[in-house]
Amino acid sequence: MLKARVIPCLDVDRGRIVKGVNFIDLVDAGDPVEQAKIYDEAGADELCFLDITATHENRDTIYEVVRQTAEQCFMPLTVGGGVRTIEDIRKLLLAGADKVSINTTAVHDPEFVRIAANKFGSQCIVVAVDAKSNSLGGQEVFTHGGRKPTGINAIEWAERMAEYGAGEILLTSMDRDGTKKGFNIPLTRSIADSINIPVIASGGVGTLDHMVEGIIEGHAAAVLAASIFHFGIYSIGEAKAYMAESGVPIRLTRVVKE
Amino acid sequence: MSIAIVDYGSGNLRSVEKALQRVVDEANSVEKVFITRDAALVAKADRIVLPGVGAFADCQSGLFSLDGMVDALREAVQMRGQPFLGICVGMQLLANRGLEYGSTPGLSWISGDVVRITPADKSLKVPHMGWNQLVFKENSHPVLEGLPESAHVYFVHSFALRCHISSDVIASVNYGNNITAVVGRDNVIGTQFHPEKSQMNGIKILSNFIKWTP
Repeated sequence: MLKARVIPCLDVDRGRIVKGVNFIDLVDAGDPVEQAKIYDEAGADELCFLDITATHENRDTIYEVVRQTAEQCFMPLTVGGGVRTIEDIRKLLLAGADKVSINTTAVHDPEFVRIAANKFGSQCIVVAVDAKSNSLGGQEVFTHGGRKPTGINAIEWAERMAEYGAGEILLTSMDRDGTKKGFNIPLTRSIADSINIPVIASGGVGTLDHMVEGIIEGHAAAVLAASIFHFGIYSIGEAKAYMAESGVPIRLTRVVKE
Repeated sequence: MSIAIVDYGSGNLRSVEKALQRVVDEANSVEKVFITRDAALVAKADRIVLPGVGAFADCQSGLFSLDGMVDALREAVQMRGQPFLGICVGMQLLANRGLEYGSTPGLSWISGDVVRITPADKSLKVPHMGWNQLVFKENSHPVLEGLPESAHVYFVHSFALRCHISSDVIASVNYGNNITAVVGRDNVIGTQFHPEKSQMNGIKILSNFIKWTP
C-alpha cells in the first residue's frame, strides 16, 4: 500500500543551512548537501529545501545546492522559496529538483499555476498554502511568511489550486508554525477531505505523536518537519519507527551505519 | 560501450544520468553514460534509457518531433535488440496509445493503453504519489533480481499502462486496483516508478539493467 511520507525540510540562505544543526559526524554542519545525505541515508521519504535568500543576485547558490544534492541523493527533492517565473522552475528542475513549491506568486497570479502545471506536469507543481486564523474566525491565506493577509479563504484556495493543476498542497498553519504544539488538525483535515490531491501537513511539530496525528486525524498524505530533525531531537528513523508502531503506514528502511 | 539517455525536452535527465553513472562506477564498468538528442548516437548505443515526466501527449510530441529519433529507437531496440529501459512516461510511451488529453499514438512496442487511474476507494488521491510496494509475478526478471520482497519504490503518476497481454506485466502495485508497475518483453523493460528516486532499491534496478544481457 501507499505509505505516508516523512519529509525533512531545510531552510537555506545563500547556500547555507540557517537553523542550527548539531550533528557531530557532519564535516560541515551548515552545508545543506551534507545534511541532505544524512537524511537520505536515514530513510527520509523526500527532502525539501526552502530557499530564504532575500536577494535575487544570491539565488544562483540554490541551484548549486540542488545540483550537488541531486548528484548524491537518489530521493525526491522539492525546492521552494522565491519561485516567480517559468524560468525559475525550469532552472530548478534542470538542476535536479523534482518538484517546486509556489506560494506568493500563485496568490498574485493564479494562472501561473495553470501554466506551470501544463508546461511541466502537475506532478512537479506544489502549491504552498500559508494559512492563519483571522478575526472572523476563518482560515485565511497569508503571504510573505505570514505577514500579509490576502482575504482569501484557505480551503477555497486549496480547492482552486487543485483545479488549476497543482499536484500537491503544502499546508502550513502559521498559527502553529514554531510553536511545537502540533499541526492544526481541523484545518488539515478540512482541506485534505475537500481535494483529491495529496496534502503535506506542516507547521507546529514538537513531538512524534504530532506527526502521527497529522496523518491519522488530519488525513494528510505526508508530514513535513524542520526543527525536530535539525536539532537532533529525533532522528528520521525514530520518527518513522514510532509512526509505524502507532498504526501509520510507513516505509521502514534498514539504516546503514558506517 | 555506451548508455544513451534520450533527451526530448522532458524529464529530470540529470537525476537519471547521475544514478546511472553511480551504478556504472560501482560496477567498475567503462560504459559511457550520456544524454543526447542525436538520433544517430541513439541508433548506435549499446543501451538506451527513455525517461519522461509530465503529460503523455507532450512527451510523445517531444519524442516524435526529434528528427529520426523514433526510427533510431526502432533500429537499436527492435532490430539490433539492445537493452532498453523506459521510466515513467518513458515507459508509458511503449503503449499503443495514451488517453491523456485526447488520444495520442505511442511506440506500440507493448500492447496496451495509457489510462487515468481511477481508484475504487475515493479517499485515494490522484496522482498516486509516494512510496508503494511492488507485487512481483512468479517468474522473476533479471532487472528485478535481488530486490527485497514487496520492495518500496517511488511513484508519481496519474495515468497508468493497461496491458492487453498479461505476460507483458512483470510487476504491479496496489492502489485501490492493481496498476502496472513494470512491463517487459524481450530486451525491453519499463518502470512506472522512478528508479532514480527510489534510493537503494532503485539503484539495484539500474545496476541490474546495466548488466542485463537479454
